[in-house]
Amino acid sequence: MEVGQMQRQWLDYTRSLFLEGFLDAQFMQLQQLQDENNPDFVVEVVSLFFQDSERLLKDLTFALDQNAVDFKKVDAHVHQLKGSSSSIGAQRVKNACIDFRNFCEEQNIDACLRCLQQVKEEYCLVKNKLETLFRLEQQIVAVGGSIPLVEPTQMSF
Amino acid sequence: MGMAAAESQFHVLAVDDSLIDRKLIERLLKTSSYQVTTVDSGSKALEFLGLSETDESNPSTPSVSPNNHHQEVEVNLVITDYCMPGMTGYDLLKKIKESSSLRNIPVVIMSSENVPSRINRCLEEGAEEFFLKPVRLSDLNKLKPHMKKTKLKDQKQGTSEKLENSEVQQLQPQQQIQNDLQGVPKSQDPQPESESHLEQQQQSLQQANNNKRKTIEQGLSPETDRTRPRYSGIATVV
Repeated sequence: MEVGQMQRQWLDYTRSLFLEGFLDAQFMQLQQLQDENNPDFVVEVVSLFFQDSERLLKDLTFALDQNAVDFKKVDAHVHQLKGSSSSIGAQRVKNACIDFRNFCEEQNIDACLRCLQQVKEEYCLVKNKLETLFRLEQQIVAVGGSIPLVEPTQMSF
Repeated sequence: MGMAAAESQFHVLAVDDSLIDRKLIERLLKTSSYQVTTVDSGSKALEFLGLSETDESNPSTPSVSPNNHHQEVEVNLVITDYCMPGMTGYDLLKKIKESSSLRNIPVVIMSSENVPSRINRCLEEGAEEFFLKPVRLSDLNKLKPHMKKTKLKDQKQGTSEKLENSEVQQLQPQQQIQNDLQGVPKSQDPQPESESHLEQQQQSLQQANNNKRKTIEQGLSPETDRTRPRYSGIATVV
């Protein structure tokens, strides 16, 4: 595949992630903060997000599995997950966390378990999508191409 | 170019318990050509500022270590997360404002939650700004005027460097305009000019809507509604 075609493919894929709401404008901020001095900034921050999320999802699964659920603790974990997902622009994970926190407040264990499932699904989805995106980037760089600049107007918010 | 050199002298201490957010704020600040130090807690921030915590039990006495007159590294601004385990951003703000040696350092609070009472409390306690997370490049343009203020305050006390500082002072208005321009993403929808003028007029009618107020008003709607049109409508957001 020639570079131009790969770049178009990357752009189309990026656009689909915004259109389907997996990513929001915050992800674009990350892309804007990446420059030749920090060529891996997005990958670095997103990798931290993966590590953070996996730890928190494990902690949440454990916390909700107790006989007496400590909802304060659950809420604190969800709060963190909401923060990091919002910091990288993983919009659907963030939204799932917002619902989750409402049920924590109500101390509704069944709803919390459903929310945990939902958050896990959204996390896996966006993780796969981002990994695909990064793979496309690597392919472009491997043939000496550069990652196209994303124009906010090309993405509809 | 000389301007960039002067700007790089501003040193920001960023405090956040989240590693992701520290990375982010560090990059944001460096992109805006500030010198940055990041720490992961309020107590480490105080330590960096040279304020000992030994007399924490007695807050009425100035909680200051003996030879603290100036921290070794000058800090022009502290930007801190609100919600942190142990010492919150609010606690840190109070400590700084209670300290005779530190109280002139401007403090900016960041929070992912838009809680009006929280915002008011921080502003009343002396915070210069309250940023909603995630913080944007455009937010950072609001930092510079606060740092200029401290530079000038320092100048009144100090005797040397007068010339240099007054130069910085003169540059300020022009620099500010440039910064504002930089804050606007280059590739925006070219909004019809007349429309944005109308908006400006409407906004100047209700003069009170500065940034702080706006944040509070947004807080009245549920959090999920916080979908600020960040790029598409930015031309009309003055």
